[in-house]
Amino acid sequence: MNRTKGDEEEYWNSSKFKAFTFDDEDDELSQLKESKRAVNSLRDFVDDDDEDDLERVSWTGEPVGSISWSIKETAGNSGSSHEREQLKNRNSFSTYAQLPKPASAYSLSSFFRGRTRPGSFQSLSDALSDTPAKSYAPELGRPKGEYRDYSNDWSPSDTVRRLRKGKVCSLERFRSLQDKIQLLEEAVSMHDGNVITAVLIFLKRTLSKEILFRELEVRQVALRHLIHFLKEIGDQKLLLDLFRFLDRTEELALSHYREHLNIQDPEKRKEFLKTCIGLPFSAEDSAHIQDHYTLLERQIIIEANDRHLELAGQTEVFRKHPRKASILNMPLVTTLFYSCFYHYTEAEGTFSSPVNLKKTFKIPDKQYVLTALAARAKLRAWHDVDALFTTKVLQEYVNLVEDVDTKLNLATKFKCHDVVIDTCRDLKDRQQLLAYRSKVDKGSAEEEKIDALLNSSQIRWKN
Amino acid sequence: MAFPHRPDAPELPDFSMLKRLARDQLIYLLEQLPGKKDLFIEADLMSPLDRIANVSILKQHEVDKLYKVENKPALSSSEQLCFLVRPRIKNMRYIASLVNADKMAGRTRKYKVIFSPQKFYACEMVLEEEGVYGDVSCDEWAFSLLPLDVDLLSMELPEFFRDYFLEGDQRWINTLAQALHLLSTLYGPFPNCYGIGRCAKMSYELWKRLEEEEDGETKGRRPEIGHIFLLDRDVDFVTALCSQVVYEGLVDDTFRIKCGSVDFGPEVTSSDKSLKVLLNAEDKVFNEIRNEHFSNVFGFLSQKARNLQAQYDRRRGMDIKQMKNFVSQELKGLKQEHRLLSLHIGACESIMKKKTKQDFQELIKTEHALLEGFNIRESTSYIEEHIDRQVSPIESLRLMCLLSITENGLIPKDYRSLKTQYLQSYGPEHLLTFFNLRRAGLLTEQAPGDTLTAVESKVSKLVTDKAAGKITDAFSSLAKRSNFRAISKKLNLIPRVDGEYDLKVPRDMAYVFSGAYVPLSCRIIEQVLERRGWQGLDEVVRLLNCSELAFTGYRFIFLTTAVTNSARLMEAMSEVKA
Repeated sequence: MNRTKGDEEEYWNSSKFKAFTFDDEDDELSQLKESKRAVNSLRDFVDDDDEDDLERVSWTGEPVGSISWSIKETAGNSGSSHEREQLKNRNSFSTYAQLPKPASAYSLSSFFRGRTRPGSFQSLSDALSDTPAKSYAPELGRPKGEYRDYSNDWSPSDTVRRLRKGKVCSLERFRSLQDKIQLLEEAVSMHDGNVITAVLIFLKRTLSKEILFRELEVRQVALRHLIHFLKEIGDQKLLLDLFRFLDRTEELALSHYREHLNIQDPEKRKEFLKTCIGLPFSAEDSAHIQDHYTLLERQIIIEANDRHLELAGQTEVFRKHPRKASILNMPLVTTLFYSCFYHYTEAEGTFSSPVNLKKTFKIPDKQYVLTALAARAKLRAWHDVDALFTTKVLQEYVNLVEDVDTKLNLATKFKCHDVVIDTCRDLKDRQQLLAYRSKVDKGSAEEEKIDALLNSSQIRWKN
Repeated sequence: MAFPHRPDAPELPDFSMLKRLARDQLIYLLEQLPGKKDLFIEADLMSPLDRIANVSILKQHEVDKLYKVENKPALSSSEQLCFLVRPRIKNMRYIASLVNADKMAGRTRKYKVIFSPQKFYACEMVLEEEGVYGDVSCDEWAFSLLPLDVDLLSMELPEFFRDYFLEGDQRWINTLAQALHLLSTLYGPFPNCYGIGRCAKMSYELWKRLEEEEDGETKGRRPEIGHIFLLDRDVDFVTALCSQVVYEGLVDDTFRIKCGSVDFGPEVTSSDKSLKVLLNAEDKVFNEIRNEHFSNVFGFLSQKARNLQAQYDRRRGMDIKQMKNFVSQELKGLKQEHRLLSLHIGACESIMKKKTKQDFQELIKTEHALLEGFNIRESTSYIEEHIDRQVSPIESLRLMCLLSITENGLIPKDYRSLKTQYLQSYGPEHLLTFFNLRRAGLLTEQAPGDTLTAVESKVSKLVTDKAAGKITDAFSSLAKRSNFRAISKKLNLIPRVDGEYDLKVPRDMAYVFSGAYVPLSCRIIEQVLERRGWQGLDEVVRLLNCSELAFTGYRFIFLTTAVTNSARLMEAMSEVKA
């Protein structure tokens, strides 16, 4: 954010609505705190006995007797001994202790024997006869499954209506393509996706895929239903065939790529990603896929290496700051942070060095400095933080100096490499640049930049 | 919800009938499997079920043990297993694997699957394919409307959004039509129906067909609901994407209200345990502050605390008789109020802490700038910074979507660079998320035709220096002809106010966003009610790119497929589950 103070004020003055702010409300916050004190001081008077006006809650926070609570109880009792242990321990301080045994520990008989059903409890038929809901559930008398359809000559619209009502209904009589399509169109015209899918399941079974695809290509609503259905049942092969048929190359590629999420083993995942690289993504996405593969490849190497280092216990940073999680499958920025944390000083040649990551993935300067700062600050490596700050901030100031000699002197003094190099280039001063080469680190990005300039045929050096 | 209403507004219909109906149906279905049985419940159904029944009701109908449906072998030793599930393929595979394992072990039991709110043919197909069709009996529990509050009904179907707006699957439209049918059977008929959006239109048509087929008995009854509005979510993404600043919204954004209740952790309850709290009109303290702008809430709570203190103090100087009266009549109410008050004060503190930490002010400022369409460059770099610092992935996505929708898509250069940075910060697999967002129209790239002409961009390049920044922005947003801008102008969604916007005495609906924006969907409803139809709104309808439908002091009732907010919206589109 480069907004200056002045701009900001202008914004607020020009804006007519009041943005409420949290930190402006100092007096209201103190008001709130005061209220809290007041309310808390009343506790002695209040917290004497009964809890009756609040719901009883178990230690998980579920109301006791609620269904969610009861399920957790079942899980606890049939689950690991650890959970049981937890339950036991918690009993001592929670409201749970005062309560009846977990409901699931009751046998049904203890609930029921010798007790008639509470009279107040309306049976369903009572309830239905005196509410206007009669027409809403007219078929509750028999489960729907018992309705069998023995008739064979339902028209497409009758068939679709029956399907909409959830009735079992044979579609076998729709044998000609024309009948099938008529049935499908009828389903689509009713808007009920469940019925559309039901018809599609039938069509998928009774039509060759070429014919099915051809017919759906011109029926977009039905097509979307088939695609979603195939995704849901996981028929990846047919889905990819369909995308291929439709020439939807991007979806084809993404659909294949999506599968990597189901592969847990890092090696296998990496190999799978490799198969994605040649797929017909957009140019932009192709680069992202390539990066994804490269990143995981790096992470596997770094992980193996660092786990070894950590186990050996010889490296200080791993001893002092044991790794909390594996670096596998982490985002690039997280990987950069990790590498700035554990491998900051490594030469560019190693895969785990921050500079190498920066270069391979073309991480912007700003992002790099931000992440490195965070990592070094976390380690309290203030020296590195200083260096990062100095280059970043000084560079900007030094660049503002108009007099070239002063600028060069300052930049050299404060090791603002980029400024020195750029200035030499602008002055076409090859000798000075050559001399400066010895002042930068071997194998560093700066050295490379100098070399690139020195070898460039574009520049007409003055010396 | 639960707004204070004018004295001339009608009473709300009694929605508790919906709960009774759902419970009775469930009991009926359980009785279809006589004898002792274990019940397996899908996690997503547990909270809705809790709102209408409890363990003892289940026990009364011979449910022995309760289990959660999860991908683990069942430990149940019961002879009868009953499954209460949403119609999902993975549930069918799970059930089929249990049945097949029993078969292998030579064990015979009875199995019943109860689908809620309805079964899908694709589910039956899976049962058939797995060879257990016939071993398992199937039923439907049409529990489609759950009253979460006196004026809020939810279908509790968060997957509706993704299924329809991303995948184009219309399978829930029948469920929706059934729900409308139920509503009109119990509280109808509805004299006026309005809708906007394709899904709204289809739901309306299917519902009308149902009414015809079932020969409604509602004719001649006095309607309890006067107007029905059906609105597609994609008509108004902006409202859902903005940060909420009224108390209830902040509680939702901070703690996540699930099925009308919220889990307050130890930091709120100031004790060692969490507390599950129902948030509705019955909570007197909550009901008074839920719709207040957050900046008004502190004042209200401290006033309330002072009053409470005063009422407790009255007991000093009471004689025995008065004290007896006090204890028997007032004390309980005071104690209740006291508990609620300390909970909401705790929640406020938590919200404050969190919001101060993440620099909420800067965030709100950016959102407002996006809504008004100025300083687009600065907002873009704010979003960039969010991404670079790996601030919550959902938050970054939300801001990008807001930028895209208000600007009618991102400039290709920005789109590419934000996407690259996002993938680098949060993981390359979000490539899939971006594809989804583009498909749903939430995050798009401007088509070449939409962007500035060559001359225009040259001119704007000339004025990109800092001082002229605002001119550039004004210039480019004019050139872009974003629909949001046009709609916003047409419907006056960004109030022009001289001086400060007084949040204590809201002058219009914009107060829910600190005076910066009137929610589009609410404005449409207001306009249609005022004009008694769509007359004069043709231009708006055209800009919204939808067809409208009209078929023929208010109180509002809300029926939603699921209560949403920005985070839920983004998570629905995200391929990578957190």
